[in-house]
Amino acid sequence: MKKLLIALVTLVPSLVFAAGGAHVHLESANVDLNDTESLQRGLDKFQHYCAGCHSTQYQRYNRVAEDLDISIDDMRNKYMFDENAKVGDLMENAIPEVDAAKWFGAAPPDLTLVARVRGEDWIYTYLKGFYKDESRPFGVNNSVFPAVGMPHVLQELQGLPVKQEDGTTVATGGSLTAEEYDQVVRDITGFLVYSGDPVKLERESLGWWVMGFLFIFFIVAYLLKKEYWRDVH
Amino acid sequence: MVKNIIDWIDARIPMTATYNRHVGQYATPTNFNFWYFFGSLAMLVLVNQLLTGIWLTMNYVPTAEGAFASIEYIMRDVEYGWLLRYMHSTGASAFFVVIYLHMFRGLIYGSYQKPRELLWLFGMLIFLVLMAEAFMGYLLPWGQMSYWGAQVIISLFGAIPVIGDDLTLWIRGDFVVSGATLNRFFALHVIALPLVLVVLVFLHLIALHEVGSNNPDGIEIKKNKDENGWPKDGIPFHPYYTVKDIMGVAGFLIVFCYVLFFMPEGGGYFLEKPNFEAANPMKTPEHIAPVWYFTPFYAILRAIPDKLLGVVGMGLAIAVLFILPWLDRCNVKSIRYRSMIHKLNISQFAVSFVILGYLGAVPATPALTIAARIFTLTYFGFFLALWIYSKNEKTKPVPERLTH
Amino acid sequence: MSNAPVDTGRRRFLTAATAVVGGAGAVAVAVPFIKSWNPSAKAKAAGAPVEVNISKVEPGQLIRVEWRGKPVWVVRRTEEILDGLAKHDNQLRDPASVEEQQPAYAQNAVRSINPEFFIAVGLCTHLGCSPTYLPDTFGEQVEGVASGFFCPCHGSKFDMAGRVFQGVPAPLNLVVPPHQYIDDGNVIIGVDQGAA
Repeated sequence: MKKLLIALVTLVPSLVFAAGGAHVHLESANVDLNDTESLQRGLDKFQHYCAGCHSTQYQRYNRVAEDLDISIDDMRNKYMFDENAKVGDLMENAIPEVDAAKWFGAAPPDLTLVARVRGEDWIYTYLKGFYKDESRPFGVNNSVFPAVGMPHVLQELQGLPVKQEDGTTVATGGSLTAEEYDQVVRDITGFLVYSGDPVKLERESLGWWVMGFLFIFFIVAYLLKKEYWRDVH
Repeated sequence: MVKNIIDWIDARIPMTATYNRHVGQYATPTNFNFWYFFGSLAMLVLVNQLLTGIWLTMNYVPTAEGAFASIEYIMRDVEYGWLLRYMHSTGASAFFVVIYLHMFRGLIYGSYQKPRELLWLFGMLIFLVLMAEAFMGYLLPWGQMSYWGAQVIISLFGAIPVIGDDLTLWIRGDFVVSGATLNRFFALHVIALPLVLVVLVFLHLIALHEVGSNNPDGIEIKKNKDENGWPKDGIPFHPYYTVKDIMGVAGFLIVFCYVLFFMPEGGGYFLEKPNFEAANPMKTPEHIAPVWYFTPFYAILRAIPDKLLGVVGMGLAIAVLFILPWLDRCNVKSIRYRSMIHKLNISQFAVSFVILGYLGAVPATPALTIAARIFTLTYFGFFLALWIYSKNEKTKPVPERLTH
Repeated sequence: MSNAPVDTGRRRFLTAATAVVGGAGAVAVAVPFIKSWNPSAKAKAAGAPVEVNISKVEPGQLIRVEWRGKPVWVVRRTEEILDGLAKHDNQLRDPASVEEQQPAYAQNAVRSINPEFFIAVGLCTHLGCSPTYLPDTFGEQVEGVASGFFCPCHGSKFDMAGRVFQGVPAPLNLVVPPHQYIDDGNVIIGVDQGAA
């Protein structure tokens, strides 16, 4: 443990450098939490392409349905893959962690809070950042997350991007155009931003009421103070 | 009727007398300025922390397996749990904002000088306990920053010669930070330290009301009393400072609630990003830094290229504040009537502290490490210079009565 | 201190205004603290409606189902039992189930949707013990009534429609929970008849 401290004191610069990804330019995700339809599409894509491996185990099906304006029946029929799950259950994973670790080298992390750890722009850029790299086990690498241990699960939508000489990538063979794919990625990112902080909209609208109240309270308190302090000044 | 009840109580405990001594008839200088809001605000934040803290324990699970999930449970499944949690997390940062400003007030107006040395010492003990409280509280969410922050800070004790390694083992109760550590930190955070804190705050107030409040002129108002024995420059705390403090509270809450409702993560400084990931003893986050209120001291630790000396330096940076009343040998309290060199010295100290805080929060580079060393020197230089020049300082004449 | 005359009216008004606004704020702050004690989403999920298959319950048999942590009884009543229900009304506190201890759709002589199946929360309305089902020996408790429920804690007695007898501590009939039939053999406990 002693060494840890020394390492931290002396190696922090190199640690950050080694992280590499930190220096990649991130594209702006432009997520709009008020765009419920986008969030609904995001849930749809997430459940179909991501949820097989990644849980969002801190949120519940019925809460997501309510927040995203989806009927409980739709939620049950379209997005709950576990027959025994109830709508009030947490959105836990289908595959056991031990198996997952065996298949991917590490268990796929839970993604409920990923937007708060990485930021929305990171997710957006990451999902757009896969490119062909035969040296990797799944044949792809990621420009934001070098040596990523995950296949390009959205390949059927985007196609397989190939790095060009000028550093850009060109994807071919996908079912979507580049713009359509961007929207899909934005939808998924939006869903994850929602998942990370589901109360954000409610919090902010309550916040304005609180600010308004405090403003009035401040004015009244200020007048009261001024009135009493006429004795002193 | 009401009077009868009051009389009945007063015959048994000194209720009215205590109220008059500490509120109703407590003579307060007339010229408190902006800096004097932070004492009452610290009380407000303390109450906020105690109440929200008690409520959080109702749903928090202090085990390595359940802690992280229980925070998300509070944030999502408990009605208004998110609000209670953000009140507590924002309150923690607000506590240090308020306390640092409160301490700075004491520094510029010489509130630590005779006869307020004990008052200052109680205050410093509060600061110390508060740091321990904040540190232990930060482990409880059991996120990555919680875990690795605790790992690093506990490892600091390993720098102590001979007993260091055994001591860290004893503090953790395990070979690494683990559920055992979490449990004892939880006990200390929710019971032991708050109790100590409340007692210290009580003593701090008793000490204050015994000697009386200092003021921006640094004059003892008790030296100038009218024929009734009431200080000529004094006004009763109630109603004048109660109404003023209510206004201060309203102003503070506007800022506090803005952060709480619109930026509870405080730009990644109040709630750090890696802490939204559950603790993983196998993987350190890419960049770990303590929460912002520890960063000035952390920067000093990092600046010194020797483990033991680094820890000693960090400890000294806090310890030296305790002896401030005896380092300052000047008889004039307020910065208003002190020498230019003192004004410059305090200014450079404030700047050094803020810059060290910044340096402790960002990854160190060779250039920044040199900067950290320079500002570590100026930090300690403040105290050394103060001790030297305050002996024969050229001060301005101090007025008899309060000015503004 | 200046000697300007004090405008006591204004002072009193502003003091009152600050107290009112501040008091309203304090009340508002209390709301999250109070509401956080309500059942959480997790508790509500655990207390979600339960589906019970009742087709295999034999005549005279009682099965227990857990709903919101409470025992819910499903008793299959025979013709004989149903016939007996009308014969001891004069010994009951609330024979017509006037008190709202059951949903409107179960407010009838047999206190159930389907007379054959009696569904009730198996907790005594006195102090919350779970009464014992006495299918054959209830006559020892109430003469002439063959079967019923007897609470071992304080001796309260209920008939086969959960109606409380006179002269016992329990004040009210047993609670009939909201429930609905999906089909003849399946019931959902916790959702009202007619609700989606």
